[in-house]
Amino acid sequence: MEEDPLLTITDLRIEGRSGELWHPIVKGVNLSLRRGEVLGLIGESGAGKSTLGLAAMGFARDGCRIAGGSIDFDGINLRTAPEAQRRSLRGKRIAYVAQSAAASFNPAHKLIDQYCECPVVHGVMPREQAEADAFELYRRMRLPNPEAIGFRYPHQVSGGQLQRAMTAMAMACRPDLIIFDEPTTALDVTTQIEVLAAIRDIVRQFGTAAIYITHDLAVVAQMADRIKVLLRGHEVEEADTRSMLAAPREAYTKSLWAVRSFARAERPPATGTPVVSVRNVTAGYGAVDVLKDVSFDIHHRRTVAVVGESGSGKSTTARVITGLLPPRKGEVLFNGKVLPPNFKVRSREELRQCQMIYQMADTALNPKLRLRELIGRPAEMYLGLKGKALDSRIRDLLALIELEPDTFIDRLPSELSGGQKQRIGIARALAAEPQLIICDEVTSALDQIVQEGILKLLDRLQAELNLAYMFITHDLATVKSIADEVVVMQRGVVVERGPKAALFAEPKEEYTNLLLSSVPEMDPDWLNRLLAARAGQ
Amino acid sequence: MHGIWTMIRQRLLLGMLTLFIISAVIFGATELLPGDLARELLGQSATEETLAALREQLGLNESAPVRYWNWLTGVLHGDFGMSMATNKPISELVGTRLGNTLFLALYAAALAVPISLTLGVLAALWRNSIFDRASNALALTAISFPEFFVAYILILWLAQSGIFPSMVRMTEATTTLDFLYMAFLPALTLTLVVTAHMMRMTRAAIINLLASPYIEMARLKGMSPMRVVLRHAVPNALAPIINVVALNLAYLITGVVVVEVVFVYPGLGQLMIDAVTNRDIPVVQAIALIFACAYVLLNLLADVLSTITNPRLMHRK
Repeated sequence: MEEDPLLTITDLRIEGRSGELWHPIVKGVNLSLRRGEVLGLIGESGAGKSTLGLAAMGFARDGCRIAGGSIDFDGINLRTAPEAQRRSLRGKRIAYVAQSAAASFNPAHKLIDQYCECPVVHGVMPREQAEADAFELYRRMRLPNPEAIGFRYPHQVSGGQLQRAMTAMAMACRPDLIIFDEPTTALDVTTQIEVLAAIRDIVRQFGTAAIYITHDLAVVAQMADRIKVLLRGHEVEEADTRSMLAAPREAYTKSLWAVRSFARAERPPATGTPVVSVRNVTAGYGAVDVLKDVSFDIHHRRTVAVVGESGSGKSTTARVITGLLPPRKGEVLFNGKVLPPNFKVRSREELRQCQMIYQMADTALNPKLRLRELIGRPAEMYLGLKGKALDSRIRDLLALIELEPDTFIDRLPSELSGGQKQRIGIARALAAEPQLIICDEVTSALDQIVQEGILKLLDRLQAELNLAYMFITHDLATVKSIADEVVVMQRGVVVERGPKAALFAEPKEEYTNLLLSSVPEMDPDWLNRLLAARAGQ
Repeated sequence: MHGIWTMIRQRLLLGMLTLFIISAVIFGATELLPGDLARELLGQSATEETLAALREQLGLNESAPVRYWNWLTGVLHGDFGMSMATNKPISELVGTRLGNTLFLALYAAALAVPISLTLGVLAALWRNSIFDRASNALALTAISFPEFFVAYILILWLAQSGIFPSMVRMTEATTTLDFLYMAFLPALTLTLVVTAHMMRMTRAAIINLLASPYIEMARLKGMSPMRVVLRHAVPNALAPIINVVALNLAYLITGVVVVEVVFVYPGLGQLMIDAVTNRDIPVVQAIALIFACAYVLLNLLADVLSTITNPRLMHRK
């Protein structure tokens, strides 16, 4: 006999407002969840995943409204129930774990106070009992010092620990359902594993049903019993995890699966004078050395990927090369010539040779300037182009990054999509006609399909223009697809470096191995195997 | 914890430096006033000899830096000099007046701060509602009229009908309660003038935070809108609120001139007006310095309070 589902969503339609108009975000989605079951919701940004997840709590963000359909949670119609009743369910029977725990914990209160709020306000248990319970859940979530960590403020706790504390907080009232909204997206791969394992265990221990929202297929494969794929507010397909992974039916699902298949063959090790040679650089801020004795070379037409966790010194290395942070020891050579350590004393020609592309194209582009000025300025400043010559150069650059010049040349950044903005970032770097481009996490903020487009573009430009890339990233899948050489950094030290294929096949250092093995694979048993293997060591 | 003491020490030193600069500006500004002080005091009929004698007595023959130095060292010893008009020590003259002004400021603050914070929080809670619009419109109306106009309107409505007195007459027999009654209209005028600023800043500071992920989290934990605002938004909005309150408190002390004149209130503002009319320069200088002190001290207090209420500054990693 089939028990009644815990949550049934039928033909749900949600609209968002832009100006005076309402446009659909979720366009008639059905969803059903049994007690204790974990459903994975997957799709790109804008697919309506989070909106749908929030709707399962009877909640719509400001500027959104639930326009049609029904949401039935354990016999309660969340659309027609009075707000007070919905509020009494939230936190108590349906809980939420947000993408960025660092932003979702209130900076003004201690973790334990935020934990106890739900059980106390909802009248589930008194404060003392809630505190004792918190220590128990913190322990189960494998947080260090479970009895002390709650008395810290959010800013005193690391991101991975906060994410686990937030999962514990969601568990406080032992809810029937938890919505996990991209809970590990903001974490490093090595931290992600711990959080994933802790979440999975606690959900199983308490038999909690969960909706797990993510854009990462490999992650959802570890967590979900069933997977639902969303595209622009529509359901594409739904199946249990193993059959979905083994045989996706729809073309869109297949394309998601295939995204990570882009991989360029590694070019043979280059000889001759490297474009950039970082030699024994030690650098830091204040009294702290962030980089210690860092050395590596980048050759013409080669991509060197610098990988490591946040805080490992990747971006600081870029700042040393660009002259923003003069090193304490060591030097940077450009085509065999020593570069002045401070950018202020570098010549315009030296500055021109090395350009940057940033992670957040949104904030890296001046929102008040049109593309003509954004791209035109470096061309004018470094190459002295003016008038017709400048105009035709801007058009060439737009064509180079695959944007139609006539359509785009007078647009503002706000009129572009995320991927198009990043393309403008690339064009702006190219405008100076550099030999080296430093790409700092340039694809991290983009959807996978868009990422692939950017990577292909960068690869094509490298071949055409003979560029050298320094590619800073924490995403090893990106490294696999475009790097020639890899530099692995940990706490300011180069742990290992070498050609990509060799490094991936036979990592020599333990840390490299840890990093590589932590990248989720599209196999539902991957996490189990990995945890078993690590426990066995 | 010792970080906060270091900060207070630094701010105090900085505040003293500010006051030192201000004292120079005040002295310089009064130097620039046209006319001959001795002649102003003695009138047109005075002979050259008597003028010279008075100049000598007042030390006006010294060079400006020397006179500034003498004045400053006097002030540092608590001696503001003698009033030229009344020939009394200024500290004596200012003492009771300062007390009266502080009392009125405190009175107005006791009305204005709770009212504007409550209105601000409620306006944020019920934003874009009738309540929000109405309180905004009223507060803006109040702030848009000049103080003397508000004061006369209040006199017209509340004093003409005999409910409240329009003048503050203090005698030996005046009790605190009488005082509160008599000073109600000036306090209410000041309240009306400062409420809009504090209320709108409170509202804006809270609404600014309502889009934060932790506010959404609180709502998703099933907390009531009131609790979301009071417990989750307000603690994070304290810094801007404290600063705007401090600024307005400073205004209540220094901006009372017009109100004191309208209600014939025996405060510093009145004294300053009289001193300006009488060309009683030392009194003007002393009061200006006291006003500057009020600004510096209240800003220091605001800085310290915003630091104390911010866990990120109080509890390091």
